[in-house]
Amino acid sequence: MSAPAWGIVAVFETPAEILRAAEAVRDAGYRRFDVHTPFPVHHMDRAMGLRDTRLPWVILGMAVLGCATAVGLQGWAMGKGYPFILSGKPLFSLPAFVPIIFELTVLFAAFGAVFGMLAFNRLPALYHPLFKNRPFSRVARDGFFIVIESSDEKFKAEDVRKLFESLGAKEIEDVHD
Amino acid sequence: MGLTAGHPVEDAVTPAPLVLGSNDFGSVTDRVCEINEWKTPRAWYVAFGIALTLLGVLLAMVSYLVLAGLGVWGLNMPIAWGFAIVNFVFWVGIAHAGTLISAILFLFRQHWRTSINRWAEAMTVFAVCCAGLFPGIHVGRMWLAYWLFPIPNQMKMWPNFRSPLLWDVFAVGTYATVSVMFWYVGMLPDLSSLRDRAKTKMRKILYGVFSLGWRGSARHWHVYERAYLILAALATPLVLSVHSVVSFDFATSVIPGWHTTIFPPYFVAGAIFSGFGMVLTLIVPSRTMFKLEDFVTKRHLENMCKIILATGSMVGYAYLVEFFIAWYSGNMYERYTFINRAMGPYWWAYWIMVTCNVITPQLFWFKKVRTNLVGMWILSIFVNIGMWFERFVIVVTSLHRDYLPGSWDYYSPTWVDMMTLVGSFGLFFTLFLLFIRFIPIIAASEVKGVLPQAKPHGGHE
Repeated sequence: MSAPAWGIVAVFETPAEILRAAEAVRDAGYRRFDVHTPFPVHHMDRAMGLRDTRLPWVILGMAVLGCATAVGLQGWAMGKGYPFILSGKPLFSLPAFVPIIFELTVLFAAFGAVFGMLAFNRLPALYHPLFKNRPFSRVARDGFFIVIESSDEKFKAEDVRKLFESLGAKEIEDVHD
Repeated sequence: MGLTAGHPVEDAVTPAPLVLGSNDFGSVTDRVCEINEWKTPRAWYVAFGIALTLLGVLLAMVSYLVLAGLGVWGLNMPIAWGFAIVNFVFWVGIAHAGTLISAILFLFRQHWRTSINRWAEAMTVFAVCCAGLFPGIHVGRMWLAYWLFPIPNQMKMWPNFRSPLLWDVFAVGTYATVSVMFWYVGMLPDLSSLRDRAKTKMRKILYGVFSLGWRGSARHWHVYERAYLILAALATPLVLSVHSVVSFDFATSVIPGWHTTIFPPYFVAGAIFSGFGMVLTLIVPSRTMFKLEDFVTKRHLENMCKIILATGSMVGYAYLVEFFIAWYSGNMYERYTFINRAMGPYWWAYWIMVTCNVITPQLFWFKKVRTNLVGMWILSIFVNIGMWFERFVIVVTSLHRDYLPGSWDYYSPTWVDMMTLVGSFGLFFTLFLLFIRFIPIIAASEVKGVLPQAKPHGGHE
């Protein structure tokens, strides 16, 4: 393989090892790196130096939109679109609108949570260079992986390999796109 | 049933482990995925054949109803809400345990939920499918069932947003949608497990597409966990709201026996009670069949029995309060309704309900019963029967005797009613068996998170 590698991946065996590795990679100043684990490892966010996700704000925005939609839909349909006095209630009878306001608020917020999560994570992404890496097929089972991409400013293949070796990685491999 | 290791059941000081045996991260995935990868057992084909037959019965009954009209059901004028509404409330109620386990127990950090949440969520989705069918076919001209939804139309008409029946459309619709999303998002990591292990091209493509390219990235997990937590927080009020809204269908009317403020909490307690009954009914045989004793331990089963005991007692308390208020209100119609429930023409339905919902679950006070597989399974069947009869009692006894004796009548279901109810179980079990075959039935990635070796600092925070 003469083409430059997309990145270098190292395999670790336990959550404690991968946590230490992530801290070391963060402290070495790499930014374009990622950790892949079968389940979310506690404190990994801090070990990688991740910024808190802005997803909750998206969800809040969607909740407000859902609430406004419900008020608007019901207020317009009952007050303007099809104005009928039913059970002696005023045309804009807010208390009777509350259940649907609640339901649409939750529905929109849930859409925000699910599709927002997928968008922030850029999923679905059916192709990724790591999928071509043989040991990586263990990622959902019991493998703990850390990968540094060659597009990182500080990336030098020898340095990365040395760092991974010093951390006690079991396997270190180039990943090609 | 023998247990493999450790303290099988929680004692007062040390909680029993959530996963028994000598399982590590790899073996959890293997055990869960093997169920989907093994050659299909013959028992599955037999069960699937029966379920499909019942589904066929349902289709035949619905077709007959469409061709012949609502007259083939046992409805008559005071009792215009017969089996269709009874079955609807029954199935919606069953759905509730799934969201309780997946959302409320998640927020309360009840880690024992991890082994059973996937089944319970699946049960929720399928029970809502069954529930959604009944109002749709009950409207009479079911080809116009889309009138239930606020769709702009050439008549320039809109549904009545002040009506609890429309609230129901939104509540059940939202519930179904959120439940499906919650279920699917939770299973993404496990679908990626199946993708990575897939041997055949078909499995590679299907699991590949449905796992959306999940690769366990910590950056993804970070957003994913936040999304899951907020979804749980959204689903928690939702589960309480859905059956409250269902109860509004009754409580906002002026029929004696329905027009009560106790209905929302009473319905929610009953829903959770019936849902846990159904979870036990499904999980006890599947656990043995797929040898999942390491994951669904006696501690899990015992906890579910305790919840059934607690919610069953709440339901019993609600029955008592209803009687007390009927007497205390001084309202003769209300008093008559409740005396008529217990001693009128439908006394048998009332006492089946009380026996199955209030009396038999009290056996769960005994630890021997709570840890006996056969015992708890039989009791869970009683819960299912009792909760179906509760809805029958509420719907039919209140309608068949209202204010004017001139409009009194007796309701009996026809064979079409009966076979439609039986057929709805066919729909439920067909979906459930497909789920067991093709989807990881235990949330493997979550179970790994509760293994002792998952804590990077050896248990210290």
